[in-house]
Amino acid sequence: MLEIRNLHVSIEDKKILNGLTLTVHDGEVAAIMGPNGSGKSTLSYVIAGKPDYEVLDGEILLDGQNVLELEAHERAAAGLFLAFQYPLEIPGVATMSFLKAAMNSQRKIRGEEEMATADFMKAVRAAADKLGIPQDMLRRGLNVGFSGGEKKRMEILQMALLAPNFCILDETDSGLDIDALKVVSEGVNALRDPKRAFLVITHYQRLLNYIVPDTVHVMAHGQVVKSGGKELALELEATGYADYKTLAA
Amino acid sequence: MNDVTPIRTKAENALLSRFPQVKAGLPGDASIRHLRDDAFASFEVSGLPHRRIEAWHYTDLRSLLRDAPDLAVVPPAHVVQRAAEHASVLDQVPATRLVMVNGFYDTNISTFGLPAGVVVKDMHTALGQSEPLIASHLGAATTTPDPLIALNTAFMNGGVIVTIAPHTKLDLPLELRFVTETVDAIAMAPRVLVIVGEGADVTLLESHQGPDGVAYQTNAVVEIFGAEHSRIEHVRLSAGGNHAVDLSTLAVNLQREANFRSLHCITTPGLARHQVFASLQGEGIAFDVDGVALLSGTQHVDTTLAIDHAAPGCTSRELFKTVLDAQATGVFQGRIMVKQIAQQTDGKMMSQAVLLSDDARMNNKPELEIFADDVVCGHGATCGALDDDLLFYLMARGLPRVEAEALMLAAFVGEAFEKIRHDGMRDVCEALAGTWLKSRSTATKQA
Ligand SMILES: Nc1ncnc2c1ncn2[C@@H]1O[C@H](COP(=O)(O)OP(=O)(O)OP(=O)(O)O)[C@@H](O)[C@H]1O
Ligand SMILES: [Mg+2]
Repeated sequence: MLEIRNLHVSIEDKKILNGLTLTVHDGEVAAIMGPNGSGKSTLSYVIAGKPDYEVLDGEILLDGQNVLELEAHERAAAGLFLAFQYPLEIPGVATMSFLKAAMNSQRKIRGEEEMATADFMKAVRAAADKLGIPQDMLRRGLNVGFSGGEKKRMEILQMALLAPNFCILDETDSGLDIDALKVVSEGVNALRDPKRAFLVITHYQRLLNYIVPDTVHVMAHGQVVKSGGKELALELEATGYADYKTLAA
Repeated sequence: MNDVTPIRTKAENALLSRFPQVKAGLPGDASIRHLRDDAFASFEVSGLPHRRIEAWHYTDLRSLLRDAPDLAVVPPAHVVQRAAEHASVLDQVPATRLVMVNGFYDTNISTFGLPAGVVVKDMHTALGQSEPLIASHLGAATTTPDPLIALNTAFMNGGVIVTIAPHTKLDLPLELRFVTETVDAIAMAPRVLVIVGEGADVTLLESHQGPDGVAYQTNAVVEIFGAEHSRIEHVRLSAGGNHAVDLSTLAVNLQREANFRSLHCITTPGLARHQVFASLQGEGIAFDVDGVALLSGTQHVDTTLAIDHAAPGCTSRELFKTVLDAQATGVFQGRIMVKQIAQQTDGKMMSQAVLLSDDARMNNKPELEIFADDVVCGHGATCGALDDDLLFYLMARGLPRVEAEALMLAAFVGEAFEKIRHDGMRDVCEALAGTWLKSRSTATKQA
């Protein structure tokens, strides 16, 4: 379970999150929608532990543990995963060796055994096949020269391999063609589990037809200004954010 | 009064009093003695190079060199034996090894039996025997007057002369292994000539190792002559002791259609100045020199290149990668000179540095001097920290910061290692970098 209480965050003296409160229970899929610049990516970065932000007040608890005290890699090992809105290209870092290093580092932090190379290769191949990622892409530098959609699939591949218990998907649907959207959604749905929760950030109701959320939250001006069930997404599609822009101000 | 008499430093005084004492005992006939005297006279005039001399602006040897220890002598058998027992990262690479202990070639611990087409002479002996190759080649690879070459010439007493017959194709690399075996600070001035015949194809390895904690000094000069159509790959590993002063010059002289590539990997020595002077004398030469320096502590490592395009239609490529941690200082000076005759020159030089600490410093000075009009030449230099966003991406996947840095740094230096043709040597270099990166992560964990 992830609990965010009264979170105030600024970057470079600019206040972005203004007392955000949100709880996502185990097994829940929570969708976050909201206008551009409302602070959705900021929230995802702060949860994942990006160092640039200043947390002025509030707390973030993952299964009762205060994650704000942990560095990004410790949060990952504790089960947090962020699928980036804009996955980064890292030239010269081979995708396979990166995946292996990440996997084994998390295991080491948790005091688990390293994964045998053969098992690892098998797991990667299986996950790649499911997501329609060709093997030769895995031999390239991490995300280097990948199309926007390929990068998003690679994020989901990493999520599948690392098997986190709290997954944040920041606009994973943007840049995906219709078929890829289905493949990626199936990938996410396959990971749905009573012990695993998702925070799905999106601008489009369409994604939520595939990944059906339990709750929908509207973010504006760095706050959750409205919460509801999946029907809230449909409502937003029809009305837009005009009402909420004023509500939080 | 404008003419200030220069105040001599301790090291300069030591060198000044040493030369007259030792010169009678140094090997050489009258012509060699003459060479030594001339070389030393230039030192007497200028002293050690210092920061007001442009080429030494970032490496003030006069203030960095604290002392000049006694000149090494031919080591006794037990010292040679101890030297032979040291493991080297190159042990895993099958090679014909020529081992120099404290600068002196020792056949007993070198590979027995040389491949066909290879002749090796002990420089110490050759100097005393009016060797014709010395008369024809010593000091001939470069015409650049240089204080390190001059000092080496004055004191040279060890090293080897290697000749490779025309059209020889060596199956195994030829390794020049320099092992320093001493508990006291000593000074070494080995001189090496490698004369590669027309159309010959060789891989030359050069490694330097020595004890930690001893302020020994090496001033090695290696001159490589590549005849027409020769193909030479050279890989130099400098892994001297942490208190060592490692001064070295590689002078390369190439003839028409020669293909030369070289990689210089520097990790441990405390103070290093590594010079590469290349003279491209014939048309159609392909010259490539790359480097990786991984520096920490208070290391000061200077790489200075001067590539002289003296003939048309040659290409030169330089890619230098420097990683600096702690209070390390790096210097890269690279000059491409294109003579008027050298039309259709294609030269590219790049120096890239990553600073891992606020106290580390990098000085980049690339230069072009072009007198021909039909050329494509470029140079670039970058210097900065690792990208924080990329580091965060890796950390968000579970990698601790140092390990995320290690992945990125291995990729950074890997670009230079990739250019090595010899697979085994590429592995050795990558492993060396891996060891350096690992020691960083252990140090961070302990801190
Ligand atoms: N480094 C920064 N310095 C200053 N302002 C920033 C910085 N990073 C983000 N912001 C600002 O914070 C606000 C929230 O940005 P954020 O990326 O979280 O929005 P978002 O809700 O994810 O928007 P979108 O829907 O367009 O992805 C924006 O106004 C943005 O300009
Ligand atoms: Mg965003």
